[in-house]
Amino acid sequence: MSLLRRKKKSPIDQVFAACRKEKRSAFIPFLVGGDPDIERSRALILALAEGGADIIELGVPFSDPIADGPTNQRAAFRALEAGTTLDALLQMTKGLKTEIATPIVLFTYYNPIHAMGPETFSERAAECGVDGVLCVDLPPDEAADELLPALRDKGIDSVFLLAPTSTRDRIKSVSQQSTGFVYYVSRSGVTGSQDGLREALVRDVRKLRKRVGLPLAVGFGIATPEQVAEVGAEADGVVVGSELVRLIERHGDDSDLAVRMRDRVAELSAPLRA
Amino acid sequence: MAKPLPDTKGRFGRYGGRYVPETLMAPVQELARSYDHFRKQRGFKAELSRLLAEYVGRPTPLYLAERLTKELGGAQIYLKREDLLHTGAHKINNALGQCLLAREMGKTRIIAETGAGQHGVATATAAALLGIDCVVYMGTEDMRRQRLNVYRMELLGAEVCGVDSGSQTLKDAINEAMRDWVTNVENTHYVLGSVLGPDPYPRMVRDFHRVIGTEARRQLRKMAGRGEPDVAVACVGGGSNAMGLFQVYLDSKKVDLVGVEAGGRGGDLGDHAARFSGGELGVLHGARTIVLQDDHGQVSTTHSVSAGLDYPAVGPEHVYYADKGRIEFVRASDEEAVDAFHRLAATEGILPALESAHAIAEVIKRAPTMDEKSIMLVNLSGRGDKDVESVLEWDAAARGGVAAEVTPHPSANPSATTDGEDGA
Repeated sequence: MSLLRRKKKSPIDQVFAACRKEKRSAFIPFLVGGDPDIERSRALILALAEGGADIIELGVPFSDPIADGPTNQRAAFRALEAGTTLDALLQMTKGLKTEIATPIVLFTYYNPIHAMGPETFSERAAECGVDGVLCVDLPPDEAADELLPALRDKGIDSVFLLAPTSTRDRIKSVSQQSTGFVYYVSRSGVTGSQDGLREALVRDVRKLRKRVGLPLAVGFGIATPEQVAEVGAEADGVVVGSELVRLIERHGDDSDLAVRMRDRVAELSAPLRA
Repeated sequence: MAKPLPDTKGRFGRYGGRYVPETLMAPVQELARSYDHFRKQRGFKAELSRLLAEYVGRPTPLYLAERLTKELGGAQIYLKREDLLHTGAHKINNALGQCLLAREMGKTRIIAETGAGQHGVATATAAALLGIDCVVYMGTEDMRRQRLNVYRMELLGAEVCGVDSGSQTLKDAINEAMRDWVTNVENTHYVLGSVLGPDPYPRMVRDFHRVIGTEARRQLRKMAGRGEPDVAVACVGGGSNAMGLFQVYLDSKKVDLVGVEAGGRGGDLGDHAARFSGGELGVLHGARTIVLQDDHGQVSTTHSVSAGLDYPAVGPEHVYYADKGRIEFVRASDEEAVDAFHRLAATEGILPALESAHAIAEVIKRAPTMDEKSIMLVNLSGRGDKDVESVLEWDAAARGGVAAEVTPHPSANPSATTDGEDGA
């Protein structure tokens, strides 16, 4: 454990502790913030909470999302077209936090934060109730000098990625630099569902969990209740993203979109509560 | 000798680094280790030199452009003829080097991005030579502008994947190539085509192009009696051909180094690719560098008549030397570049690539201000055969008509006035 790590439990720590007590995995849905626009996005985030989200991952749309598959790329594009900015999402988070207690983790590329300035960003994120930050293209090697001190200073959890390609050394350093949880990318690739989970995934998660020393959430390519159950049997958290984003793509203009979202989240998270 | 940069974290001062998703971190570190190993290995170096000489056609000539010199009435203009290389541009130096490295690393599949198509063609060529599968990502807008290069790549056995997202140009092609790499990293090497991206790319690409500067200096010494010009000029998209030439002169303080960016059709964001006058510090495609972006950190679209310069960021090492005042960055507009294209064709019988025409445009402005004993060394990084169609379209539009007949552009005759539409 890092000496820098806070002693006090963060809201994210508390969620995982509570889930552990219930002997279940946490359900972590992802949506791109501002998709299809800020107003509707706000309602959709509330729907995630209502449907049974334990933690919410809020994607910050970026013009060049190199780690995202087509579904999330289109979502980012819709959000940007609607004028979404990092600023606007922080404001939205602030509003949401008056209604829900669910921890919110920003899932972002680094450049929007860089443009705002890491200190300013951390300050405002803390003010707005952001609980954690995951920067896809800012590995701990770079974050150590740039963003980590500011996040720590404001008590915001810093979540980093691990991948099937991560070496023993990297697993160690990523685990040391992370707080809240570590996000394991289920396979080499971009976000979005494929035909199925890779065969060795569950075994890899089991092995990795022992080494990480923090809750381990698993995401990328998890799209059905069956897959949630399979991954949830080993992981501390299960992330579902593109599958939910697709709902917006299909039913973006329907008046019952939020209801559909809530129901789909309930359906996907049900196996964890069984 | 160039400075021992980047440092062990891949940084040129504040710039560069490795800003990539975790999936790519270990592979990027492995690539750096492999490169550091093989670049010193005698067998590897010997094979690369042999292929550069026998297959690629090195050394390229250095040529004193006498008529252009006389017409401009100032500095003596020397052209480093990278346009004469196999596949038509300097890009093959790096593509071949990286493909050889990929083979040594046991990779069975090569991917690349391309803007103008020159890097794609070079990579497809090297892959064909070495018998490795090759996929090239190219923006659909660039495929339209460079359709001959698309077919060339296909003839060479590469699969060309059109990229329809964003501005459908180089930046989007790099996005897609990185997504492919993240997905297939086990068997695939990504041949990045410029001094961009995460470490080790900026230094590896720079090193593979060092041969340009080394040859030019030796040739200039022989032809002009001194290896150091007064000014060295090169166009800068990502900045690989410029770095290839400039790196041998970084410590020669008397040599002014001038990089020419794409001024496009105007000064507004989205109308050009002049990062040094309109960009802000940011992080794109794995490196911290200057990026054209809006106030919220969203990367801007760019415009240039030349697909190879149509990119919102620039190699981190260039930014480092710009900060130090060692490399000066200027811009040439679309119109100035097209005029320079015509000028070089008419006076020297050389069709430059539209990218390289930006460097010629700077020569046209600067040479007359220098005395006749001074020497200007220009990297003529590629040939313009690929751009003939674009220039034809441009000329037709400039005349307000359609490209029905092929008549010379007014600027082919230096005494005539130009009639471009909206050049900056």
